[in-house]
Amino acid sequence: MIRALGWVLRRDLLLAFRRRGDVANALVFFVIVVSLFPLGVGPEASQLRNMAPGVLWVAALLACMLSLARLFAPDHQDGTLEQMLLAGEPLVVLVMGKVISHWLVSGLPLVLIAPLLGLQFDLPGDALAVLCVSLLIGTPVLSLIGAVAAALTLGVRGSGVLVALLVLPLYVPVLIFGAGSVGATAAGTGAEAHLLLLGGFLALALVLAPWASAAALRIAME
Amino acid sequence: MIKSERFSWFHFSSPQTFYPLAGTLQPWFAAAATLLCAAGLYLSFFVAPTDAQQGEAYRIIFIHVPAAWMSMFLYLVMGFWSGVGLVLNTRLSSMVATALAPTGALFTFIALWTGALWGKPTWGTWWVWDARLTSELILLFLYIGFMALQAAIDDPRRADKAGAVLALVGVINVPIIYYSVQWWSTLHQGASVSMKSAPSMATTMLIGMLIMALGFWMYSIAAVLARVRCVILERERHTEWVMEEVGGQA
Amino acid sequence: MNWHSWSDFLAMGGYALYVWGSYAVTLVVLIVEIVALVMRRRGVIERLAKFYAARRRNHETEA
Repeated sequence: MIRALGWVLRRDLLLAFRRRGDVANALVFFVIVVSLFPLGVGPEASQLRNMAPGVLWVAALLACMLSLARLFAPDHQDGTLEQMLLAGEPLVVLVMGKVISHWLVSGLPLVLIAPLLGLQFDLPGDALAVLCVSLLIGTPVLSLIGAVAAALTLGVRGSGVLVALLVLPLYVPVLIFGAGSVGATAAGTGAEAHLLLLGGFLALALVLAPWASAAALRIAME
Repeated sequence: MIKSERFSWFHFSSPQTFYPLAGTLQPWFAAAATLLCAAGLYLSFFVAPTDAQQGEAYRIIFIHVPAAWMSMFLYLVMGFWSGVGLVLNTRLSSMVATALAPTGALFTFIALWTGALWGKPTWGTWWVWDARLTSELILLFLYIGFMALQAAIDDPRRADKAGAVLALVGVINVPIIYYSVQWWSTLHQGASVSMKSAPSMATTMLIGMLIMALGFWMYSIAAVLARVRCVILERERHTEWVMEEVGGQA
Repeated sequence: MNWHSWSDFLAMGGYALYVWGSYAVTLVVLIVEIVALVMRRRGVIERLAKFYAARRRNHETEA
């Protein structure tokens, strides 16, 4: 099973590497959206500092969501997904591999570039650190939940917007506690409770989401 | 006890047998709804006293709170029947789930609308980001997502099952979303703005809300029975019995 | 009895817009749902009748 997981991971990462442009799109989207907000509300530092956790988190959320189109659809189109379903390996493992590689390619870069963007918003150092940690814990949850929505809408027309409609309500708790952790740090109260809750969401998503995604894939492909 | 010679619990689990049952029951639920809502309205306007702090505006809770209760209750019922349809592979359960969604969404809208109209005179703004209203807004998105997903999938069985997965994921998330939003709203606004605290609940107010809730419940059952009959006719149109029902001939 | 006169009842202590706005919209929404259901049922039956008629014609021309 571990070998199957490794195989899926390696394959997906290799494919992503070959299409670096596609991958970079999500990252560039993140940066552009975050940069739009000061242009919209004005450069006043204290206002930007207040907005920063929410803006950064919402932009990360949207960037993750956009990249969900790459998760299952390409494999579905070229027939690989059907092979995965027919393979002897448990589908849950294969799905887990795809989600991990999706996160490595679409979520992790956001975590790494977020501090730079946080500086644009004049966030203090400790808030920047908490921002990174919250995104580090939160973006995998976004990938996991997103996988369920991507699997449900496989091959459906208009699936781009439909995925957004399905997934954004489910992202709300992650958003609340992710942005809340940074806000709490900036305000001086602790962020531990928020981060612990995010960790709880991650644990719950790790257990439930691959299983639900696998079920949804089977439904989509039968 | 599941099956006996004369009566089987699963007798009504086929669309063909459920259709006439739904048709017979529906007028009774409609009548019950009318009576209960009339009683509730009478209580809400003529029996419940004026509130000292909120004046007459508080009477909106007689619609707002029951509608909110119904919106959440119907979502749970929808999730339940969806799940049954997914696990037991029964068509009728999924059809009932599909029929529940629009009614649930409408009650969610009513809860949001009345919430806004209650918030304006009481707290000064048309939209109050309190826990219940925000959760209702997200619940509306969940309903719309369910309906949009089912509408986008052409194959009815795939639509049934995909909707079921989504509804079950939603059911698990609704308490998580509710408590997250509740935490978020107390953090940012403090407990002062809370639509849960209707002024000290006089008994008449509580009874009025309960009767309206029951009325809405009866209404929902009547509406869902009517809608599921339409769904059955559409989905089962290739069968002999639907053809006879509609009056066609072979 | 809460209300001393009909106009008192309509005025709702100054909150007429909010109270009647709520009750009226609720009533409208529920009535729209009922009407939509009635129309849906009629539409389904009409469409199915046409479907069966067309199918019968097909069978007759094939036979």
